Amino acid sequence: MTKARDIASATTPNANAALLATFPHRNLIINGAMQVAQRGTSVASSSGSVVRCVDRHRCFARGAGAATFSQTSTAPTGQGFANSLRVDVTTVDSSLDSNDYYMIDHKIEGQDLQQLAKGTSDAKSITASFWVRSTKTGTYILGLFDDDNSRNISKSYSIYSADTWEYKTITFEGDTTGALDNDNNVSFTLRWFLGAGTSYTSGTLATSWEASVTANQAVGQANFFDSTSNDFYITGIQLEVGDTATQFEHRSYGDELARCQRYYYEHSGANSNWLGLGNVYQTDQVICPVYSPTVMRALPTLTKTLDGSSQWLTTYDGFTGTSSDASVSLSSTGTSTIASSYIYITGTGRSGSDGQCHWLVIKAGAALHFDAEL
Amino acid sequence: MNEMDITLAQYVAFLGKNISVRIIANNQTLDVPLDPANRHYAEIMRQVAAGELTIADAD
Repeated sequence: MTKARDIASATTPNANAALLATFPHRNLIINGAMQVAQRGTSVASSSGSVVRCVDRHRCFARGAGAATFSQTSTAPTGQGFANSLRVDVTTVDSSLDSNDYYMIDHKIEGQDLQQLAKGTSDAKSITASFWVRSTKTGTYILGLFDDDNSRNISKSYSIYSADTWEYKTITFEGDTTGALDNDNNVSFTLRWFLGAGTSYTSGTLATSWEASVTANQAVGQANFFDSTSNDFYITGIQLEVGDTATQFEHRSYGDELARCQRYYYEHSGANSNWLGLGNVYQTDQVICPVYSPTVMRALPTLTKTLDGSSQWLTTYDGFTGTSSDASVSLSSTGTSTIASSYIYITGTGRSGSDGQCHWLVIKAGAALHFDAEL
Repeated sequence: MNEMDITLAQYVAFLGKNISVRIIANNQTLDVPLDPANRHYAEIMRQVAAGELTIADAD
């Protein structure tokens, strides 16, 4: 068979999985191997909170329970993974209220999903695969939510052996209803449930696409949050077009980091404490151009982490610097774009003449965060 | 699935034009650009449209 025929046959439903596995860029999940954790390698949730630890994967604890979410070096042997995302229950929720839910989710932009032809007669199936390990055996639910059309499909999978890595593949059939918007907003949310109250479990599991009914989203889901002895690990997440799960597409750390930085990056003392050169606009007000390491999805929200002195910035003119908790805004008007803009800083505590140049340095232990997550 | 309990919102202006909205949400200060694709800005506008939030003018 010629290579052309190989490739042609590989696009059919009966394609050879080994050949498919050679196609690059087929994994729609970013950071599926849990390599990148820009915000830190461990974060504790409080009851009712939403936290982010490993990049691109959001962690919910919407109930009385709480957990520590962390990037660990625990991974299935022989599969080429060095990390996983761990959920360690720290506060039990043994009796779920009706609206409680616990889960990990992953959001995808609509413009990256057009190949699915969703909402047409040619709609493609999509297959998720991942490695999972849990202390709690039983039935778990993986849901796929269409944010553009409020449609949902959910599939169950079983964890058979406690504290043992298991490989799971789940295919979601193509949906001929509801086209996805071709834009930079969220269109799909993949949801790994870890516990859900009756508001999510009292119906019939939506194993086919349907207009979203909350009660049909997580029917049968085990309550992973019923013991502080419970640990849940997941890695090697892949989502690809078709009804065949192929070998995980390993990508370099630099590749994954750049993909993650489309949604989030930070200046901190740990990696880039030189924020840049700014010009004094008036007395202690400074404007400074900023360039993101990659084109971000949207103009980002800015937040600050302060150091032990409740400051984040040191402003220098010459040798002398002044530290402060200056206010900072990212311009979103005029010539600002998602690749380059300027920040407007007020209250630097360092007076200067209009047009004077100041060096802007992030203090050790402080950070400036740029967040364009979905 | 609302992530934001906003307790304060005020425009930030530079050269006489609003450039962002500064909010306090979940006890954290966020400076949010005026970009409908930004999820924080979208949520602010949703709350404004619902009559749940008013954005103060810039100083």
